[in-house]
Amino acid sequence: MIGASAPVRTVPVTLIGGARRRRRVDLAELWAYRELLYFLVWRDAKVRYRQTVLGAAWALLQPAMTMVVFDVFFGRLARMPSDGVSYKLFALTALVPWTYFATALGSGAQSLVGQQHLIAKVYFPRLLMPLAAVITPLVDFAIAFVFLLLMLVAGGVTPGAGVVVLPLYAGLAVLTALTASVWMAALNVEYRDVRFVLPFAVQFWMFATPVAYPASLVPPGWRAVYGLNPMATVVEGFRAALLGTPGPSGMLLPSIVVLIVALALGLAYFRRVEGTFADVI
Amino acid sequence: MAELALRVAGLGKQYRIGTRHERHDQLRDRIASAVSGAIRRTVRRHRAGDPSSTIWALRDVSFDVRCGEVVGIVGGNGAGKSTLLKILSRITEPTTGGAEIHGRVGSLLEVGTGFHPELTGRENIYLNGAILGMRRAEIARKFDEIVAFAGVEAFIDTPVKHYSSGMYVRLAFAVAAHMEPEILIVDEVLAVGDVHFQKKCIGKMDDVSRQGRTVLFVSHNLDALQRLCTRGLLIDRGRLSADGGIETVVARHRGGLADGDGLGQFRPAARRGTGWAQVTGMRLMATDGTAAGATPADEDLVVELDIAAHPAGGGRLRGLVLEIGFSSDEGHALFTVMNVDDGGVQLPDVTGCTVRLRIAAPTFVPGRYRVRAFLGVPFLEHVDEIDEAFTFEVTPPVHPWRPYELSPLRGRVLRRGEWECTPTAVAAVQESGV
Repeated sequence: MIGASAPVRTVPVTLIGGARRRRRVDLAELWAYRELLYFLVWRDAKVRYRQTVLGAAWALLQPAMTMVVFDVFFGRLARMPSDGVSYKLFALTALVPWTYFATALGSGAQSLVGQQHLIAKVYFPRLLMPLAAVITPLVDFAIAFVFLLLMLVAGGVTPGAGVVVLPLYAGLAVLTALTASVWMAALNVEYRDVRFVLPFAVQFWMFATPVAYPASLVPPGWRAVYGLNPMATVVEGFRAALLGTPGPSGMLLPSIVVLIVALALGLAYFRRVEGTFADVI
Repeated sequence: MAELALRVAGLGKQYRIGTRHERHDQLRDRIASAVSGAIRRTVRRHRAGDPSSTIWALRDVSFDVRCGEVVGIVGGNGAGKSTLLKILSRITEPTTGGAEIHGRVGSLLEVGTGFHPELTGRENIYLNGAILGMRRAEIARKFDEIVAFAGVEAFIDTPVKHYSSGMYVRLAFAVAAHMEPEILIVDEVLAVGDVHFQKKCIGKMDDVSRQGRTVLFVSHNLDALQRLCTRGLLIDRGRLSADGGIETVVARHRGGLADGDGLGQFRPAARRGTGWAQVTGMRLMATDGTAAGATPADEDLVVELDIAAHPAGGGRLRGLVLEIGFSSDEGHALFTVMNVDDGGVQLPDVTGCTVRLRIAAPTFVPGRYRVRAFLGVPFLEHVDEIDEAFTFEVTPPVHPWRPYELSPLRGRVLRRGEWECTPTAVAAVQESGV
């Protein structure tokens, strides 16, 4: 229904309702609203640690504490193999992207419901909400990542040339978070069940991801299937890039295919229900 | 003739009514239907809704607006004005029809949308501006003007959670007032702040409309509308019932009663409840015992209503609580009486009855009033609830009577008090009056 066509001299014409109901994502419109996206991210980043004592330290405390717990239970007590690397670093390298993903998905799923007020009173492409929600935690991710690098240096690990592919895996993590968020945010508007399902889902997802254990435990024949979980690829990719472990060979392609399909379907669903968000929310 | 700014054609919006529970239908229902492979059909049925549980908030509305026109939209509460603005602002999609908008739209349905209490005034100006569709450069250019308009210079770097509510709305309005879209859509936002600030707001809107921008206003402040607008649209129960000069439309809205249009008629537009018993008719009674649309302020107000239990249900009326509430035309509740109050009457153990309620004169300041009816068990069951059963008019008193002043500004309900005066010593004079 929209068409914020950006002509040079004529005024933009917007069509509402009728046969012009849109199905595809209007990238031009999203681009036109980039400043709002920036402000939404800026607002959430700015407000995130107001009135907290430890402030941004929380960003590294979460993965750090989990690392300690994992190290005690899985590393020392269960003697979990860790591809020949110190278990602490092995776990932390996975926890940093995982924490990002879990945080991003959590706020992404709440992004529409938590901003009911805005949705009911102002128009903007609703996709900005999950988008902002997965971008904001990148700030935390950056802080945690620096902490991770310091830990690696302290642990005597020097990343090899493989580190150049790290941005690829970071991008994959963002894309995974976005895909899941688009689905969850839209479903959450109509089905508040999402709020109850999500914590479980994230927990299950973590065990389906080689955070506490190495992917090398998975039989070689199953690696492609394992790759259907893009976060498994992300985590293994991080380890390969920073710790020089074998890496997610054979998993990358299925991950990318899954993401493309899930994102396309998610966006289609999002667009379909977008017009009624304000009525249902 | 000026260029087209806005074309609305056959616009309609249907809402599902019912409880939240129904609307947020359960995931398991969806999963069940997905399993049966019928998800598409379910969605369609769900959208179309069966007529009994849906309501048309807007129906078949068509009009054109030319560039530079300043249009005031009037209508009673729930007439569909806000729904219209929401559709034109693209917040919600219409069920039928469509619209065509030429130009950038700025819509202001509420002041301060998106303000964050933890952020400072400065930060909120940028955030709110962006939410309203302003560019960063544009906000930066008008920043000082906005701050000056709101009069919050000294607190601009203080988080707005420490602002007084007056400062907060002033700042919020100031941001919105500095939008410069080609088409401006404004819902009832002129009523913010104190009287002084309201004047300033109306002045600002006056400037905006003089700049040749296209503006759509919704307001209950008819005087302000008459001052700001050239053209008026009257929306009545979802339909466009008048379109013309603002004076004519406002007069028509104000005195819709003058033509007796719908006054006193039982029109239960939206009713809720389990419905096993219903109010089947409700009317205002004149002194001669016939149904009327108006009653003088100094005569007893008599309301009669018919209640019937559904024949199939086998339910009886005994034990039900009946409430009749009166509210002003703007929708402010004035008072409610119940049949279980002192002096009330028990509903008999039958399946149908007529109840008559008398409110002793004097009643209300002349004007229009609405009547609400509720049948049920408080806190347990809503059997039948009608927000606007009918509207009636109170006309000036017929008998010689000396009210000091009959003005809604002094309150809506007319009461007589019992007065007493006791002489006191001279020294007490400075302390207080009575």
